[in-house]
Amino acid sequence: MQTSANLVWLIALPLFSSAILLLAGKRANSWGHVMATIVSASAFTIGFVEFIAMQSRADENRAVAQKLFTWISVGSFNVDASLLLDQLSICFVLLITGVGTLIHIYSIAYMSHDLDRRRFFAYLNLFIAAMLLLVLGDSYLNLYVGWEGVGLASYLLIGFWNQKPAYATAAKKAFVANRVGDVGLSLAIMIAFATFGDVSFAGIKEHVEHASSTQLTAIGLMLLLAACGKSAQFPLQSWLGDAMAGPTPVSALIHAATMVTAGVYLITRSNFIFDEAPIAQLMVLIVGGITLLFGAIIGTAKDDIKKALAASTMSQIGYMILATGLGPIGYAFAIMHLLTHGFFKASMFLGAGSVMHGMKDEVNMRKYGGIGKFMPITALTFGLGYLAIIGVPPFAGFYSKDKIIETAFNAGGMKGLALGIATLLGAMITAFYMTRVVILTFFGNERWGHKDEPHESPALMLIPIGLLSIGSIASGFILSKGEGLVHWLEPVVNPLKEHHDEFLPPIVVSLMTLTVVAIGILIAVSKYRGDQLAQAPENVSVLTKAARRDLFQDDLNESVFMHPGQTLVRNILNIDYLVLDGLVRAVGSVSLTAGSRLRSLQNGYVRSYALLMIIGALALIAAIWVVTA
Amino acid sequence: MAIANYLYLSAILFTIGAVGVVIRRNAIVVFMCIELMLNAANLAFVTFARINGNLQGQVVAFFTMVVAACEVVVGLAIIVTIYRSRRSISVDDASLLKR
Amino acid sequence: MINLALDIGKTAGPEAVLFYFLAPLSVFAGLGMLIVKKAVHSALLLAWIMVSLAIFYIAQDALFLGIVQVVVYTGAVMMLFLFILMLVGVDTSDSFTETIRGLRAIAITAAIGFGGLLVTLIGRATFNRPITGLASVNSNGNANGLAKELFTQYVFAFEVVSALLITAALGAMVLAHSQKTRSPFAQRDLSIARFRKDNLKDAAGLPSSGVYALHNAVDVPALLPTGKAAPTSISAVLEARGDMIESSKFQLQQEEEEK
Repeated sequence: MQTSANLVWLIALPLFSSAILLLAGKRANSWGHVMATIVSASAFTIGFVEFIAMQSRADENRAVAQKLFTWISVGSFNVDASLLLDQLSICFVLLITGVGTLIHIYSIAYMSHDLDRRRFFAYLNLFIAAMLLLVLGDSYLNLYVGWEGVGLASYLLIGFWNQKPAYATAAKKAFVANRVGDVGLSLAIMIAFATFGDVSFAGIKEHVEHASSTQLTAIGLMLLLAACGKSAQFPLQSWLGDAMAGPTPVSALIHAATMVTAGVYLITRSNFIFDEAPIAQLMVLIVGGITLLFGAIIGTAKDDIKKALAASTMSQIGYMILATGLGPIGYAFAIMHLLTHGFFKASMFLGAGSVMHGMKDEVNMRKYGGIGKFMPITALTFGLGYLAIIGVPPFAGFYSKDKIIETAFNAGGMKGLALGIATLLGAMITAFYMTRVVILTFFGNERWGHKDEPHESPALMLIPIGLLSIGSIASGFILSKGEGLVHWLEPVVNPLKEHHDEFLPPIVVSLMTLTVVAIGILIAVSKYRGDQLAQAPENVSVLTKAARRDLFQDDLNESVFMHPGQTLVRNILNIDYLVLDGLVRAVGSVSLTAGSRLRSLQNGYVRSYALLMIIGALALIAAIWVVTA
Repeated sequence: MAIANYLYLSAILFTIGAVGVVIRRNAIVVFMCIELMLNAANLAFVTFARINGNLQGQVVAFFTMVVAACEVVVGLAIIVTIYRSRRSISVDDASLLKR
Repeated sequence: MINLALDIGKTAGPEAVLFYFLAPLSVFAGLGMLIVKKAVHSALLLAWIMVSLAIFYIAQDALFLGIVQVVVYTGAVMMLFLFILMLVGVDTSDSFTETIRGLRAIAITAAIGFGGLLVTLIGRATFNRPITGLASVNSNGNANGLAKELFTQYVFAFEVVSALLITAALGAMVLAHSQKTRSPFAQRDLSIARFRKDNLKDAAGLPSSGVYALHNAVDVPALLPTGKAAPTSISAVLEARGDMIESSKFQLQQEEEEK
């Protein structure tokens, strides 16, 4: 396998840049954002150079590895800090650095009024470095370092405006929910080590047939838990909506395009485990199916434009997870949807940021309306993203989502039918809520209730949006052309050679999808046509109320985990206080009491001491008297 | 008369000295009672020497006398020092050890 | 096995007489020490006990110790006691009200128990060799025999004890030493103090005792030119003790003068 020192620079550049920005302090205020952006662009350049080099090699020689140093060496257990760039990693590297660079550029303008812009860019670079380490690590342990690194960066960026207690709480919530997933990942690593004595991807892949199915299922389920935490999947999905507390570029980069897809990467990377663990794979399907509907339903009721997009993200990642659960045939489609989603969702988030920029940071869509004519470019790019996400051909979402729906139907039997219907339903709801977002924001009456008209954002913000829009138009077509991505990824994910029976011909599935999407659009148009109120209506159905409350996800967490946890802790505290401390304090008070009683013997009168001596002598002589009797 | 009578006398004098140490408050009298106890012990030693038929008991008694002399010197110096600061030689007045 | 209290060392004659005469007296003197009020009386009773013990030592063939007892204890140590008694007030006397509750009763009970047990123990004690007496070891004289023991077998202990004695002497000096915080009043200071007083009545000094009177003793007050006795001419100590002779007795009879 070839080596390349470029991989080191890929991670080291943003890491050093982040360190410099954090350590330099105010001195870096004037040039910090420029350096961070240049560093990010350099990383993209390196990634692109590697990509070109990789393309020029034969399939089996495309992967590149680079050992940094021996990290852990204990007996027969050796872990090197090594990097691995293969066909799967390069997709992520290009996505991370590409979208990352565009968002850096966008942030220069978006954050220009923020006093802490330098710190923001430092965190962004830290995130880029950690995310690259995550996708480049050649073992679960290396991946884990990046995994924790992106968790930290996410925490820091969600709570970037931590002067607002609600935002700080949101950061904490994200961190805690991620931590539950992290426990899963660390358990998976431990089980893997106990089973294989190795934690590298290659090593485990080699020995996977020696492991029992129970062990593999355990590893798979733990990896799924980790993926749920990081990718906001059911049941650990609750943090993503609150994570919108971070600045909008952060929402676009971390909580839409890259970090939240780490779960998809993890499952795809661990394909050799999931392929041998059917139960774990079924659980992946169930989680993906539930989440895609869950997120979609929440998305229909959100009035906060960022939260609506976040719910949409949750739902789309549900699609990806579901695709990875479909086995070898689904991985490529999951990655394809991941890439196209990265473009159109980032573009829409940045568009939402642009709208907020023009609307004085207002996020409530009920107070938008008719913005299209004031911000034509933003409206246009957002519209392109909209067409991509609902899956209108020839936009990106059509190619990726259609494939997932088709593959779901092809899974066969009742399972295939259920998954297919779920994905179709998801597509319909997606069409509904995205249409709702577009209508409420860009069309209809003006409801913002003040004289200042919204203004278009500066070019520095519009250029990245435009570039991303191009991606959301073209990426689907490019990636699926001649099944390019599928073949590209074949060496990594080992697709089965035999072909499944097709449940339905692809053209029928596409038509069905387009039909349900059209139904969704029509419902939304008929419901939100005409003038709207600036207030959310109160007399709504039970389902809407539930969706507004995020389908009771927080209530569930609070009642099932938080309150019993608090009760448990309080009881343990009481036990600690009463029993353990009680014992200690009892010893103390007994000593004190005995001391204060005995103290009266020490009255300071030498004659009473002499008397005690006489009594002692009496006792002694009495003893002698008794002994010699 | 039995030689042991000296021992009885010694025991009685010792006991009297011990009582005196406890019930008298004048530091000098307390001291004299201690001397009485030492002397009672000396009498026992001398008697033991006689019973044993060697001089070792007398040697011990001799050393006791020397040590007693030392003790008197130091003890009386302490009494004088206490008297100088407290204008009292009652042992009860020197009861600050408890604090 | 022979019982110590009953069977051995029967002595008769002068020693028995001496013992039965002196032993009860010593016990009474000891009890007296406990109940007399004045420390001086206690000291005298102790001296008596010590002399009695010296006699007992001599009677028991411990001639050297008997002499040393008289010289060191009754001579030196008791003198030291009395000297200190003089220093801190010869008339200091105890009050016999017990301030520590229950102490005296417990002490006496414990001591009686202790003494009783000790006496019964002695009565029970046995000895497994025939008593030989000190005649043979004292054949060259008791002092010689003792000296031989001291300077051969016990020479190290002897030297250690001598070091102890020196240390004690030094310690006593250190303890008794007191740092003067101001220079003592000299005649000059006293003179200045007299003239700085409120009135100059005593500026020339207090009247001397007895000079103008019929007597010239220190316990007799002087007579002032007016014929009255001057109380200030007598030492305050004598006055406090009540050793002063009534001054009015020497006062010139006013009636006679009037006549």
